[in-house]
Amino acid sequence: MKSLADLQAIRQKTLESINMRKDENAARVVIGMATCGIAAGARPVMLAFMDEIKNRNLQHVTVSQTGCIGMCRYEPMVDVILPGQEKVTYVKVNPDMVGRIVTEHIVNGNPVQEYTIGAAEG
Amino acid sequence: MDFYRSQVLVCGGTGCTSSGSAKLIERFEAQIAEKGLDKEVKVVRTGCFGLCEAGPVVIIYPEGTFYSRVKEEDVDEIVGEHLLKGRKVQRLVYVDHKTHESSVQKSLNEVGFYKQQMRVALRNCGVIDPENIDEYIAFDGYQALAKALTEMTPEQVIDEVLKSGLRGRGGAGFPTGKKWQFARASQAEHKYFVCNADEGDPGAFMDRSLLEGDPHAILEAMAIGGYAIGADEGWIYVRAEYPIAVKRLEKAIEQAHEYGLLGKNIFGTDFSFDIHIRLGAGAFVCGEETALMASIEGKRGEPRPKPPFPAVKGLFESPTNINNVETLGNIPQIILKGADWFRSIGTERSTGTKVFALGGKINNTGLVEIPMGTPLRTIIEDIGGGIPNGKKFKAVQTGGPSGGCIPASLLDIPVEYDTLTSVGAMMGSGGMIVLDEDNCMVDIARFFLDFTVDESCGKCTPCRIGTRRMLEILERIVNGKGEEGDIEKLENLAENIKNSALCGLGQTAPNPVLSTIKFFRDEYEAHIREKRCPAHHCQALLNYEITDACRGCTLCARNCPVNAISGTVKQKHVIDTTKCIKCGQCMTNCKFNAIIKN
Repeated sequence: MKSLADLQAIRQKTLESINMRKDENAARVVIGMATCGIAAGARPVMLAFMDEIKNRNLQHVTVSQTGCIGMCRYEPMVDVILPGQEKVTYVKVNPDMVGRIVTEHIVNGNPVQEYTIGAAEG
Repeated sequence: MDFYRSQVLVCGGTGCTSSGSAKLIERFEAQIAEKGLDKEVKVVRTGCFGLCEAGPVVIIYPEGTFYSRVKEEDVDEIVGEHLLKGRKVQRLVYVDHKTHESSVQKSLNEVGFYKQQMRVALRNCGVIDPENIDEYIAFDGYQALAKALTEMTPEQVIDEVLKSGLRGRGGAGFPTGKKWQFARASQAEHKYFVCNADEGDPGAFMDRSLLEGDPHAILEAMAIGGYAIGADEGWIYVRAEYPIAVKRLEKAIEQAHEYGLLGKNIFGTDFSFDIHIRLGAGAFVCGEETALMASIEGKRGEPRPKPPFPAVKGLFESPTNINNVETLGNIPQIILKGADWFRSIGTERSTGTKVFALGGKINNTGLVEIPMGTPLRTIIEDIGGGIPNGKKFKAVQTGGPSGGCIPASLLDIPVEYDTLTSVGAMMGSGGMIVLDEDNCMVDIARFFLDFTVDESCGKCTPCRIGTRRMLEILERIVNGKGEEGDIEKLENLAENIKNSALCGLGQTAPNPVLSTIKFFRDEYEAHIREKRCPAHHCQALLNYEITDACRGCTLCARNCPVNAISGTVKQKHVIDTTKCIKCGQCMTNCKFNAIIKN
């Protein structure tokens, strides 16, 4: 290592893996992983989110799980919560939908309306 | 680097390791692999979280769930429930002692134990994997070194430390910047920068935790200090009985070498710096800087008179600067965030934070870091969670064998160097032992003096013989053979030893006696004049007595090992005090609380 730039490179490389331990405002992706969620295919959805986040080298995004919220017919359900904003709930998510949610919502801040629970209920 | 959705942080400090955290890590890894989660969940062994009382401690991110007292058999449930299905295991979630609030819905920093703390020196402990240099770098590690080497002159570095007001955390509180100035001013071809990790106060483990939890911070600070004073070689003097700390330091030095953060021409500058480790055999006196240097040189660990001070003539006859571990832990932050930031924490004459090892009669045994100036009461009651079993707080002992006791009446004083010294105690390295109504203050003084007598190197007469005479008087007092005039004799001896001992060990050894006499003279007098121990602690002064509450069940008589209790069934029993050996068996066995000691 010969310069500050080298140090920064190592820092950047490791940042994403340690960001979740800081008390920073991260975007949160919460996936319903109760029995109903898993049965409906939540795991491939979660893995798709993780892949997408890794491939796009996104920082300040965490992926976590939650239990059943009682709307089992809509599983797999995914909540996306951007810092300081209301949570957006996506329903009947499949791995093919993940790319759009990440790009349009998490990166650009525009929820994908047609996937949301509002659209499904409406 | 792979993206992990969840990280399991397991404490790998000495406290949690001895309560089985190494096994937990193995089990977590095995279980996570078995459930096929090893690509998603990462297990990280960290340094001390501070709340050793609740160990072994496990934190799971991103939720920040704080599990305490986790056993090996609990791991399967945590993996199956929390990691696989996202359901927290409620029964293992940490519950606050004082408020009885579970931390399920709260983040870690809102728990009573952490709420009033501020982590500067310990900022990475329990947060990063100490054996992974990349994680240290990700948390701004080695940025301060880069800044110092590429943007600052050595004088500017010293100036920043001077302005920060940082004072030595080893106990004496000498301004660190001044020390560096002296070493810088000495002209020599070779200079040394030494880290004093010979932590020896009974019950103190601040330095150990810092070395275990964030070893790179110490290396970085030493390199910065080396640059500032013009040293090209560093030594860490650490106790052999800190095996985890030693192992992590060795690993850290190796990693820093690989990255070129130690060695020749660091960051492409002409500054070169190397660090060696010297293991100490655990002599308390080797924490004294001249004795420490003698020990590094391979000589007997004995102090020598000062001057010459180490800054002029130190290790291997060369100018040397010596700083304590915790002092160094603050350096990278000061360089990175500036002296003004550091000054904004703490008080005018005691800037920054201080780490304390809380022990004794306290609910939350562990490691705490607080801004200077925090009232003692906050530490004991809010952070420490108060005294267990509803007992009454009596005093807190700070500064170990060199310090003194602070009584309940002074609990509202702020914790800073000068205030503590003014009440006859001292900051010390940070051991804080809480005493309750059951602790005898004379016996506490005897305990610490027993320690210093043991640890006196024997080089100078006042310490070798003087402290032994004091110990003999104290032993006489707690054994009920105290005489009128003993207190004055102790005070007289204490003054003489303080004025004439060669090094800090002897000069401060009488402090525990003086401060207990100052605040608890009545206890000494009760022992001497009335042959009574007010705390009912000193066995030789106890008398067991059976009261009228006795129903004559004979249980005490049957349990007495020396047949000192007589009496017939359903009649009040009597203890023959000439036969009684004061073992307390009768009292433990009595079902009617009919036996009292006084």
